[in-house]
Amino acid sequence: MRTSLLLLIILLLSSCQSGDPTRSEKQIEVFTWWTSGSEASALETVLETYQNRYPDVEVINASIAGGGGSAARPVLQTRLVGGNPPDTWQTHHGAELMGQYVMPGFAASVKDLYDAEGWYELFSPSLIEMVSKDSEPYLVVLNLHRSNTLWYNKHVLAEHGIPMGDALSIEELFRIAEEFQNTEIAPLCMGDTGIWATGIMFENTLAGTIGAERYQGLWNGSTRFTDSDVMEAVRTYGRLLNYQNDDHAALSWDQAADKMAEGACVFYSMGDWVYGELIRDGLQENIDFGWVAHPGTEGIHILVTDGFTLARNAPHPEETLNMLRIMGERVVQEDFNLIKGSICARNDCDRSRFGPYLQWAMDEYAKSVAVPTAIHGSAAPADFQQSLNDALTDFVVRRDAEAFTEMLAREARASGFGM
Amino acid sequence: MVNANWLSRHKGFLILLPSLILTAIFIYGFIGTSFFFSLTNWRTLAVDLSLRDPIWQTYADMLAMPRFQADLRNTVVFTVLFIGLAVSVGLGLAILLDRQIAGKGFFRNTFLFPYALSFIVTGVVWRWIFNPETGINLFFNFLGINRALEAAGMNPLEPGWTTDPAVVFSVNQLLSQIWPGGMGFQIEWGIPVALIPVAIAATWQLSGFVMAMYLGGLGGISPQIRDAARIDGAGDLRLYRSVIIPMLNPITISTVIILLHVSLKIFDLVFAMSGVGPGFATDVPAIFVFEMMFKAARYNLGAAASIVMLIASSLVIVPYLIHTFKHRES
Repeated sequence: MRTSLLLLIILLLSSCQSGDPTRSEKQIEVFTWWTSGSEASALETVLETYQNRYPDVEVINASIAGGGGSAARPVLQTRLVGGNPPDTWQTHHGAELMGQYVMPGFAASVKDLYDAEGWYELFSPSLIEMVSKDSEPYLVVLNLHRSNTLWYNKHVLAEHGIPMGDALSIEELFRIAEEFQNTEIAPLCMGDTGIWATGIMFENTLAGTIGAERYQGLWNGSTRFTDSDVMEAVRTYGRLLNYQNDDHAALSWDQAADKMAEGACVFYSMGDWVYGELIRDGLQENIDFGWVAHPGTEGIHILVTDGFTLARNAPHPEETLNMLRIMGERVVQEDFNLIKGSICARNDCDRSRFGPYLQWAMDEYAKSVAVPTAIHGSAAPADFQQSLNDALTDFVVRRDAEAFTEMLAREARASGFGM
Repeated sequence: MVNANWLSRHKGFLILLPSLILTAIFIYGFIGTSFFFSLTNWRTLAVDLSLRDPIWQTYADMLAMPRFQADLRNTVVFTVLFIGLAVSVGLGLAILLDRQIAGKGFFRNTFLFPYALSFIVTGVVWRWIFNPETGINLFFNFLGINRALEAAGMNPLEPGWTTDPAVVFSVNQLLSQIWPGGMGFQIEWGIPVALIPVAIAATWQLSGFVMAMYLGGLGGISPQIRDAARIDGAGDLRLYRSVIIPMLNPITISTVIILLHVSLKIFDLVFAMSGVGPGFATDVPAIFVFEMMFKAARYNLGAAASIVMLIASSLVIVPYLIHTFKHRES
């Protein structure tokens, strides 16, 4: 009895060690949070290109669901601190890349790749600066999203005889919202089970009220959260909240987009990941839905990027560099972004392949000031990102503008960038 | 043969030694480490173990955070609601089953069944049940309740359940009278409506367990006692109120202690069912710890909150253990 138990244990242990004999030696593990419909298939185009070119490498798609990486980043953080990094992982540019991955030494420089591929010519200098520290780039940017777009349902506005131009001021928005006050239709769409969704509307309102320069000043301490113009932005945002759909707390951001598609609400201040959602719902741009810059943000492009790193001590460095090289290729970026609903990070993509909205976004990006987003971790460190989310969770219910701005000012100081 | 002698004398200690060492390192060592982290400046991914000045500042910051104040309120409210409901439902079920109704075995297993599920499963299921768009609110329409209400000129019944930010029975006024200006409360002290569905889900899961505890206790009460009570003229109600339930007191105490530590540490059920909730209406300290540690990388704050959770659990467990040990000695 005892011998047979011992034998069983030995058997189990030996089978653990030998592992799977069919597994190829060459692997690459790509860590993302792209799991929803359009995101997953966009990622698939990149991975397929890689697989076709390097058929003997096993590609491991280590994606974890959750908007904005809310569930993936804790896992990633644990793996990095535990010394078990994936070869490459998705991250936003700016503070998230620098604070979480570059400064603690988890990511390696990809300057050689940029030099070899001539990317210094093919990506805009401002973008390269956003992903660089001491002139060393640490990220290959795959796509650019714009977070300050105001989407609207064209049919609903037409039925109510409301004309829309190329731009909308905040007062016009309030005036239109007033017209829907006593109808079944909510003037503003919102789905904030993930609080970041209302955070997008807050940031858009903030940038639209105080302007690009003052907005950027928030992240280097030259603008205070308690300044009067910020306070005015917070009050405006609070006024906007009065017009959102009643069931906002029960919906996710994409369900709110569906609500707009159905005509149950009119305007949606949200990043252009909504675009992919609307197209998937079978809507046609410029016929079923339209868009303008979020009021006041004409000439400002709140930028949300997705890019991939090279892990320091990556388990498979050669395979990873090949993957990053493919991610920077023009056709790969075009194919990826067509599905993802965003624009290329390279500046030589074929614009005729993209629809009217994405062409508009390209033009806007070219002529606007690109500013970072705190909601998606680019503008400020992770601790402030969390504080902003917490402050919003509180503000959405209590609407206490003083407490809100004071908390942000205090947390910005504690985080080390505010004054 | 000094060695053999020494060995045999210390055999018991030597056998225990490996587990003592493991406990010392993996429990007390790590508690100590967490406590140390809570006193440091470590609030980014880059490790910073310098001590904060003043040393308790992280705790002071945390107690001033509206979110953490809401967490403490929610823990108290959830604990009271959940334990009250679970104990009374569990006791009720046990008494019903104890009265030899038909299909006792079937019902006992049915009531115990939810206990076999994990909290995360319960959370997902009840999230859908209490979804204002698709959940039980549809029943109010389906059963004609809303039509009846509207016909009577009243508003239709459309509760927001876990999405309702309201806090009812606020006692802030009262608190400010007992403790004028004492603490900077930035939240409403009352019952967050959104917590009620969460307490219902937790009750659904654990009342079967409470029932099993009470069934064990009821089985231990000898029939003679019941007979004696009946001869003395006690009716059903009197029998339970004055004889059986008092005799079940030890069971009640153990059950409440077990449920208390479930409620103080609860994470997965709430995380799956409602998350932090509107205005932190359903946030609990464990979610706070998770988000501060693994999302915000504020290791000092996360550690401080877990120390507070540890103290809260100890306040419950330690007196119970002392009580139990005293009992055993006497």
